Amino acid sequence: MSSLQFDIAHLLAGSLVLASFMMLYQDRLYALLNVYVLHAGVLALSVGWQAYVQQAPHLYITALIALVFKAIIIPVALHRIIKRLGIHREIENVIGIGLTMMAGIGLVALSMVVMLRVTPGADALAREDLAFALSVVLLGLLIMVTRRNAVSQVVGFMSLENGLVLAATGAKGMPLVVEISVAFSVLIAFIVIGIFLFRIRERFDSVDVQALDRFRGERR
Amino acid sequence: MTIDALGAILLIPSLSAALLAILPGYMLAAKLNIVAALATFLTSLSLFVIEPTSGQYLLLDDLNKVFIVLTTFIGFTTSVFSASYIHHEIEIGRLTPAFLRFYHAMYQVLMFAMNLALVANNIGLMWVAVEVATLTTVLMVGIYRTHEALEAAWKYFILGSVGIALALFGTILVYMAARPAVGEGLDGMVWTVLVKHAAQFDPALLNVAFVFLLLGYGTKVGLAPLHAWLPDAHAEGPTPISAVLSGLLLNVALYALLRFKMMLAINSEAIAPGPLMVTMGLISVIFAALMLYRRRDIKRMFAYSSIEHMGIIVFAFGMGGPLANFAALLHMAMHSLTKSAIFFAVGHIAQVKGTQKIAEIGGLTTTSPVLGWGLMLGVIAIVGLPPFGIFMSEFLVVSSTFARAPWLTVILVLGIIIALGGLFLRVGVVMFGEPKGKTAPAEASYVPMFTHLGLVLMAGIYLPPVLVTGFQNVAKLLG
Repeated sequence: MSSLQFDIAHLLAGSLVLASFMMLYQDRLYALLNVYVLHAGVLALSVGWQAYVQQAPHLYITALIALVFKAIIIPVALHRIIKRLGIHREIENVIGIGLTMMAGIGLVALSMVVMLRVTPGADALAREDLAFALSVVLLGLLIMVTRRNAVSQVVGFMSLENGLVLAATGAKGMPLVVEISVAFSVLIAFIVIGIFLFRIRERFDSVDVQALDRFRGERR
Repeated sequence: MTIDALGAILLIPSLSAALLAILPGYMLAAKLNIVAALATFLTSLSLFVIEPTSGQYLLLDDLNKVFIVLTTFIGFTTSVFSASYIHHEIEIGRLTPAFLRFYHAMYQVLMFAMNLALVANNIGLMWVAVEVATLTTVLMVGIYRTHEALEAAWKYFILGSVGIALALFGTILVYMAARPAVGEGLDGMVWTVLVKHAAQFDPALLNVAFVFLLLGYGTKVGLAPLHAWLPDAHAEGPTPISAVLSGLLLNVALYALLRFKMMLAINSEAIAPGPLMVTMGLISVIFAALMLYRRRDIKRMFAYSSIEHMGIIVFAFGMGGPLANFAALLHMAMHSLTKSAIFFAVGHIAQVKGTQKIAEIGGLTTTSPVLGWGLMLGVIAIVGLPPFGIFMSEFLVVSSTFARAPWLTVILVLGIIIALGGLFLRVGVVMFGEPKGKTAPAEASYVPMFTHLGLVLMAGIYLPPVLVTGFQNVAKLLG
């Protein structure tokens, strides 16, 4: 692999981490969604580039799925849901932005330390990809725990899932990548967004997860 | 390609799921559900007679044979229970026929997914199957659409998805670790190939992979501190689903974990997975035992009891060795049978009384004696008193580990005793207190419950030698 190819792959994977960071501090739902579109777009580019570098045509399908499903269909659907639910107001962060960013930096450092240390034998691209992928996964988790809005939790989860796809494409020759990404996309598209948000809304008049917490089975 | 028994246990549930999805009329659907589950169970029994050959995608060995038979059997008995359970739910209007069509189809999809996870010879396929099983149960937990049910389903969905995402990351890492040894492509995910070459895998990568897999599948097993979804999902969903969740789905996740543990055991340079599992198991036992004291919802209480028992099982598998593995397997089978029997009883009790609150249920042994005593027997069995099978398996767990790690065993026994106290304290009120709540006669199907309890009792008194040698073979396989 030429160093240019490596650099581009590196750049794209790094951009994905950057996009994850951008999601951390978005305090409006629409803005969060827009950053997610960027996230998914970068992922599609990254996977497409890997397909070219590894000469693995099936990865083009994965890239296409990322582009069509994650960067177009799901954000558009979410956009409409947000509009119909009338919740395009601010979203509150549970902890402050500064703290969240610090935690995010810590998580990225952690994943670099862990992944780079345990993979000295693997080829450079796979190593970098895994480290970046783990960062994206952990940042996705961070987004999920710092948000209280069901929609932004879903967005956080989808960004986490993008990290998994990055890891799977980085592992050269990994079979089932296509199937896995399809399974994941189907999961997100059909279940969460469609059914649940509306049911929750219907019951609680809100998609703030705090409202859910009040209804735990045992408190009353 | 001809379809052998392995294919059939996947094909029967998937075809019936499709059929049930379009079939109107819940009475007929419930019957078809039973027939399909029975057919799957009988097919799984045939695995003992004619052994199909394992291929690249499907696999059969001594380990998953035990799991398959257990899964299909409880799947069948639960479908019998479910038929009478939903009949009542329709009458009181908690569910509508349209929902039931969905429910029955989902039930078979769940059976399909669990069977697929058990027979998959491909770690990617296994992961997909566990994911499908998670999703179907999420949908079923939320089926009542009450506040609590939605909250439980949402929590389960989020935590379950995160868990399963971590498991996928672990699976990818296993592939990365295996790639230098077995080459690129499909082989890198085929379980039988992986095990053959596991000694040459990169140990550091394998270690990290196992941590992810333990966290990921451990969430699905319900190990503390990753258990938060479990009590809600058990309490708010329909009771047949609670029975299947506790009795089967937790086992399936555990099975996935065991497969990877076997892989790590072969690689001498990788960390020993045992201590991690022992620690998580013990934490779960102690934590769940303490939590039992503050429960006010009867289904929730038995959900915590499931966490406790999964803790014991994971502890025993973590200790390893032929005897502890044997004990763990036995305990797993006994727990599945007993816990689902308890949920069968609890489901009917909650229907009779119209509530799940412990404070509002009382004097069951006088108002509905058969259900009351059935539950009592179940509780006696689940806390590990003789002569039931759980006594034997817990005794084996304790005695087999005492020589090796006395202190750990002391903690374990302490947990078991605390749990016993907690369960009896609560159940005593429900059983013998002043009769409370409605006293309508129960329209229940007692057969599944007493079949399970009978089997557990039988195992406690006399284990057939065939079963013993079978379990011993599996225990040896697990190392």
